[in-house]
Amino acid sequence: MSFSNEQMTRYSRHIILKEIGVKGQKRLMEGRVLIIGAGGLGSPAALYLAAAGVGVIGIADADEVDLSNLQRQIIHTTADIGRPKVQSAREKMEAINPDIKVNAYQTLAVADNILDLITDYDFVIDGSDNFPAKFLINDACVIARKPFSHAGIIRFQGQLMTYVPGKGPCYRCVFDNPPPPDAVPTCRQAGVIGAMGGVIGSLQAMEAVKYLAGAGELLTGFLLTYDALEMKFRKVKLPDKAGGCAVCGEHPAITKPFDYAPAVCNIEP
Amino acid sequence: MADYAVDQTVDITDVVCPVTFVKAKVALEELDAGQILSIRMNDGEPVQNVPRSVKEEGHKILKLLDNGDGTWSLIVRKE
Repeated sequence: MSFSNEQMTRYSRHIILKEIGVKGQKRLMEGRVLIIGAGGLGSPAALYLAAAGVGVIGIADADEVDLSNLQRQIIHTTADIGRPKVQSAREKMEAINPDIKVNAYQTLAVADNILDLITDYDFVIDGSDNFPAKFLINDACVIARKPFSHAGIIRFQGQLMTYVPGKGPCYRCVFDNPPPPDAVPTCRQAGVIGAMGGVIGSLQAMEAVKYLAGAGELLTGFLLTYDALEMKFRKVKLPDKAGGCAVCGEHPAITKPFDYAPAVCNIEP
Repeated sequence: MADYAVDQTVDITDVVCPVTFVKAKVALEELDAGQILSIRMNDGEPVQNVPRSVKEEGHKILKLLDNGDGTWSLIVRKE
């Protein structure tokens, strides 16, 4: 692959960086990233990965754009209300960068389809908004040996961690099982500050870019938490991979993905 | 004529900063260590900045030749 003058201009700020350079940019252009969820986290992640020239970006979401999404899901516009989120997202990504290919999956990620969804990708971004999906994505990525970035946001708080097979704990090592339904409110019930998706989703895009380009250190073995009200970031060292982990441990009880019951929400969107 | 043989040539007179350096960097990337690249650039800003940036990347500058037509040729050995 050689660069056209247009590509050299488009990616000049990357190519100039020693840690990215020509090789790193080529790796980005040959890279494949799947984003699960075209919402608060997925919006900035999708925009930055498209802009970075990541060759193939998959985006999965079953929902349509709702007026209440627009406060934080910055890939969608008022004119997109009622349209499938993945279609709306794909248009913006292709408008930013016609070089890339976007695969839009208008579906919920569930046990029956998740292995098929992730199989063709190098890295997965968990931009989901509920615990069943987060555990499902973790289990599937561990089973299929796919690196992924976990993240969660609520109110003024966000957190993320990166899983790479053989390099530190998985999400289930740390959190074991989803909390009981309704023990933790969904962001629909609890609220979330709009820019939180921007901060944490952008960090997820950063992890994907570093992974593909082979630059720097990933957030494996650590949980990064962000409290916007206190304006505090904490990088918490996680215990080593749990030998008894139900999915990545030595004798895993979970050998294929399964669905937890979805959280019940008694508030209309 | 000189104590080196140019393996590859790249013309960066058709682009402006910072793509001048980017184009030179892409051309260097395609060479093997020890090979020689001749980079043709415009007088002024490129000739002030590109040699320095190439040097910072760790490559060896062998010569800067005035082509006499408002352009220069920077002879670089890839390290």
